Amino acid sequence: MADTVHPAYLDHAATTPMWPEAARTMTEQLTVVGNASSLHGAGRRARRTVEESRESVAASLGARPSEVVFTAGGTEADNLAVKGLYWARRGEDARRTRVLASPAEHHAVLDAVEWLAEHEGARLEWLPVDSYGRVRPQALREAIERDPSDVALATVMWANNEIGTVTDVRALAEVAAEFEVPLHSDAVQAFGQLDVSFAASGLAAMAVTGHKIGGPYGVGALLLRREYAPVPLLHGGGQERQVRSGTLDTPAVAAFATAARLAVERREAFVDEVGALREALVAGVRDAVPDAVLNGDPDPGGRLPANAHFSFPGCEGDSLLLLLDAQGIECSTGSACTAGVAQPSHVLLATGTDPESARGTLRFSLGHTSTKADVEALAEAIGPVVDRARSAGLS
Amino acid sequence: MTIASSRGTASARPLRVLAAMSGGVDSAVAAARAAEAGHEVTGVHLALSANPKSFRTGARGCCTVEDSHDARRAADVIGIPFYVWDLAERFREDVVEDFVAEYEAGRTPNPCLRCNEKIKFAALLDKALALGFDAVCTGHYATVVTHEDGRRELHRASDAAKDQSYVLGVLDERQLAHALFPLGDTLTTKDEIRAEAERRGLAVAKKPDSHDICFIADGDTQGFLASRLGTAEGDIVDESGAKLGTHEGAYGFTIGQRKGLRLGHPAPDGKPRYVLDISPVDNSVTVGPAASLDIAELTAVRPRWCGEPPADGPRAYTAQLRAHGAETPVEAEFVDGELRVRFSSPERGVAPGQAIVLYDGTRVVGSATIERTRRAVPTA
Repeated sequence: MADTVHPAYLDHAATTPMWPEAARTMTEQLTVVGNASSLHGAGRRARRTVEESRESVAASLGARPSEVVFTAGGTEADNLAVKGLYWARRGEDARRTRVLASPAEHHAVLDAVEWLAEHEGARLEWLPVDSYGRVRPQALREAIERDPSDVALATVMWANNEIGTVTDVRALAEVAAEFEVPLHSDAVQAFGQLDVSFAASGLAAMAVTGHKIGGPYGVGALLLRREYAPVPLLHGGGQERQVRSGTLDTPAVAAFATAARLAVERREAFVDEVGALREALVAGVRDAVPDAVLNGDPDPGGRLPANAHFSFPGCEGDSLLLLLDAQGIECSTGSACTAGVAQPSHVLLATGTDPESARGTLRFSLGHTSTKADVEALAEAIGPVVDRARSAGLS
Repeated sequence: MTIASSRGTASARPLRVLAAMSGGVDSAVAAARAAEAGHEVTGVHLALSANPKSFRTGARGCCTVEDSHDARRAADVIGIPFYVWDLAERFREDVVEDFVAEYEAGRTPNPCLRCNEKIKFAALLDKALALGFDAVCTGHYATVVTHEDGRRELHRASDAAKDQSYVLGVLDERQLAHALFPLGDTLTTKDEIRAEAERRGLAVAKKPDSHDICFIADGDTQGFLASRLGTAEGDIVDESGAKLGTHEGAYGFTIGQRKGLRLGHPAPDGKPRYVLDISPVDNSVTVGPAASLDIAELTAVRPRWCGEPPADGPRAYTAQLRAHGAETPVEAEFVDGELRVRFSSPERGVAPGQAIVLYDGTRVVGSATIERTRRAVPTA
């Protein structure tokens, strides 16, 4: 059934199609020989491609080239920042074992800080969030002020991957800087949708990834201020400031740079376009399901323009997903899976939503290939789908 | 009378089928056959453990992340959508807790029947029907026969050696109306099912069969019960009540059990002794000679009829008392909500809590839970 219908892909926050230009960059590089660490001509050519890509990514993100550490994606960048900075800061001063984190983080950060607490003696403190999942500067200040000398790092995501709430990371970074505490931010969802400038943000570290902005899978970067030297996760050839060993994936890095450039160049037009589509999507869902609850900050200035996250009371998220999938509408429950089993959204739980409501959620996310037809297909399908899922109830 | 099998190939109308896929070879081939028969099939793996282990240990196959992965791969190859549904809480309440409570009460439950009755053909089926599916498909070896007037009957599989109708003897006619068993009416050996899986490109072709109880990770039922019920020392007595030894929990025994009694000295007649009775009230276990295991009659409760209830009056049937047990002739009568069964010749090792499934030829009449038994020879 799904195969016979043109699918309406509404899951761009999971991954979005590559820009044709990025795919071209990548395919051009795939057959070029050269290890960027080699000293001969082939190596120098690869090195040049990598360094030009680094300069390009830096320019796209308002950073210096030396602040760009290429990684194998957002998860690695988050792990390197969180664990690496923890180990480095604790190494400088053994008292620094307190880790401050938002409970609405992506699992790449959430599980990393929990691992530090379980295995590395970290004392994990969850920063309070408001009903939109946002950490307020005052909350960070109060947490640090309890003892500024023992904080290893703080980590707060720029934009939430589930409900789309945007946090004022610059204001948080100002607070952290007052106490000389490094603040890391997962900007994986923010990049391409918001004006993301590393220098202007004041962050110590920031994670981005290629495949969410129209680049390839398996490549991303940790933007890292030069005064920080996180302890590496990967030891080896000492590439990337000795912070991230491993032969660089030149084709992926080059394509990532192309995608980053396009994401920034086309961002304003993209935001206008998906903003209008999102409005139509939200209106369509609300018309069909009047009691659907739109999650996250309703203010367009406080949220991702391409994200719409709903709770459907009395429905199981995976029932909704199955029924929409059967009609060729591809979306996500928004929350992580454990062994394929959808879990109640930890983000909604952190905002104080009751566990039952945190189960019946769907995230619709738009991207550069989204069309009016996608949104209309959803608007047409969602009413009967919710009715049916409701009759199946909560198991 | 025309009889149509429920096997997908014989159905006129394509159904929307939800295929329960454990990650094993049978359910994968069943899903593949249903899809090949033209049904619109969606695969679903039931997550039944709240904390699934990453990998299988031993020859078990349904409750790990690896099994879920195997099921997903099979669905990919068949070309059907696939989801994992979390029924762990329902399974814990309806199957695991019942299992523990039954043992605690001195009975010997069969959790597979319970799971079919309460999970696969209740929680899962209800959800499937609500979501617009017509039927649930499993890899059980049994046959549903549909009569012209729409009546459904459950029959043994064509291949008696693989028949699993015993564990399905709890399904009522409504459940049978929405059940699809694509493996039930083929005279194929397990090797042939594996060959079919291989031919279909299903990687589970060589996966070992699952047995034991799926929610007891290491197969150590006694260890599982001990962890749930603790240990409580009690007496092992003979039929006269004389104490022969002690045990660490009456639930650790099954009627008919011979090994593990750890009685210091042999019986006066030198013959082996068997567990005859388990009494949770005084936590005692009664042992005695094999002859005392012979049962002439039993009473069973909580009947489940796979179709019409039997007509009044005693009637001749055959009965099966355990999953791979032999069939034995009985006379049975359904009176006052109880099933009263008389064996034609004494039956050995019958434990309260077990299911008795009645057959009329190959047709499954129904099942009931054994409540009490009466011995063939009076107690010495």
